[in-house]
Parts: sequence; C-alpha cells; structure tokens
Amino acid sequence: MNYTLVVYGAPYSTQASHSALRLAEALPAQGHRVTTVFFYHDGVHNGSSLMQPPQDEPHLLTRWRALHADQQCELLVCVAAAVKRGIHDASEATRHGHEAHALEAPFELTGVGQLLVASQHSDRTVTFAP
Amino acid sequence: MTRKTLIIVRHPPHGSSWAREGIEVVLVGGALGVPVDVLFDGDGIFCLLQGQEAGALGQKGTLPMLKAFPMYDIDTVLVSRPALEARGLKADALAIDGDVVEPRDCLAHYHSILTF
Repeated sequence: MNYTLVVYGAPYSTQASHSALRLAEALPAQGHRVTTVFFYHDGVHNGSSLMQPPQDEPHLLTRWRALHADQQCELLVCVAAAVKRGIHDASEATRHGHEAHALEAPFELTGVGQLLVASQHSDRTVTFAP
Repeated sequence: MTRKTLIIVRHPPHGSSWAREGIEVVLVGGALGVPVDVLFDGDGIFCLLQGQEAGALGQKGTLPMLKAFPMYDIDTVLVSRPALEARGLKADALAIDGDVVEPRDCLAHYHSILTF
C-alpha cells in the first residue's frame, strides 16, 4: 500500500518525527512504501537543513534525506506554516528580503492543498502529532 | 467512489494555532475542489461560539473563516453531540449552522481523516 505521513511535531521537541521515521523505514519490509511526507504546524522545522543535533543523537535530517533516496517519497513542507516560522527556501528568502534560507532539496515548499491531494491518492494517511 | 476527507478540529480558537491551521486546510480543500467535511469535537466546538474577537496575543479570530465556509462550498459542518453536552452548550448557541452528530457514527464514511 501507499502511505502519506503527516508530521506536526518539531524535531527533538516531541516523539512525532522519530515515530514517523520509524514507521516509514519499516514499511518496505512489509511490501508498502511512503509516497509523501507532509510537514505542517511545528513539523515544518524538520525541513531545516541547519539542524545540528549532538553526535550521539539520531540525525533526523539525514534520515529524512535517506528516506527520500530509498523510497523516492516527496518531502513536502507547507509554505504558509513554514515561512511564518522562518523556514524559507532560497526563492522565498529572496522574495522576502532575507539573506539566509534554511530549506533545501529534497524538501519542497508547497501549498497545504497538496496534503489533501496526497491523502486522496494514498491508501493510508497516518498523522504524527506532538 | 469519491474519496472524501474529514478534518477534525479538537482545539479551542485561542491559545495555540491548531484550530486556525486546521480550518485553513478546510478552506483550501474547498478552494481546490477537493471534497472535505469538517467536524468540531472536544474543545474545538468553542470555535463555533458567537461573539468571538481577536485574542489578547494578537492572533486573528477564526470565526470569520468559519463564516466563509459557504463561499468555499463547505456544505457539511458536523458538531459533536457529546462535546456539546459535556460543556453544557446547545446547538442554538453556535454562530454557524451544523449537523449535531455522534462522531463515532461518522468516521467510517471517510477515506482519510486529518485531526487538529
């Protein structure tokens, strides 16, 4: 089956990101795959390429990137929720006059409508809230 | 068969951005023509009370977004009967019209459910 995962929790603040990754990484062994991970609410902070956890903690950004590489899933970040929390990609940063940006591929900024579309096209939608 | 999504709002209108960010998904669904219904449950039914204004923290009120539902073709607004009763509220205290329902009887009708 195809899965959409929805992540509302910020990295390292709650269990949400860890649990979403653990489910996502376990799906292929059961014959399933993740097609879309959608980050909304505080979950948009998962898309920050500037995150730098201590070396003895799981590196969530590295694992999201590996998930994308392994399962070719989309990593979609709600643009409205992200930009107001300071998570810009290069073009949003330029548009708003900021010198720095935090979000880079394989994460993509997109409208929240993509969450509904992804959910419609998936067999299962699983939400990871704080 | 049309795959319909239910958005459940469980948080009150002030104190966090949960209700606002959930209601935004409802409106976007309407704007894009993606079939969505909305259920207000738990403290989320406080979003439906009349006479709300912007909060002390400068958060915008959510009531104008609810009043825009008909413009966005959001026809089905569900209100949890147990949530109303637990808070001593009657349906006629609500600022918009909704169908008072038992949530457990509704959930199986939907392909997916997003909870806020």
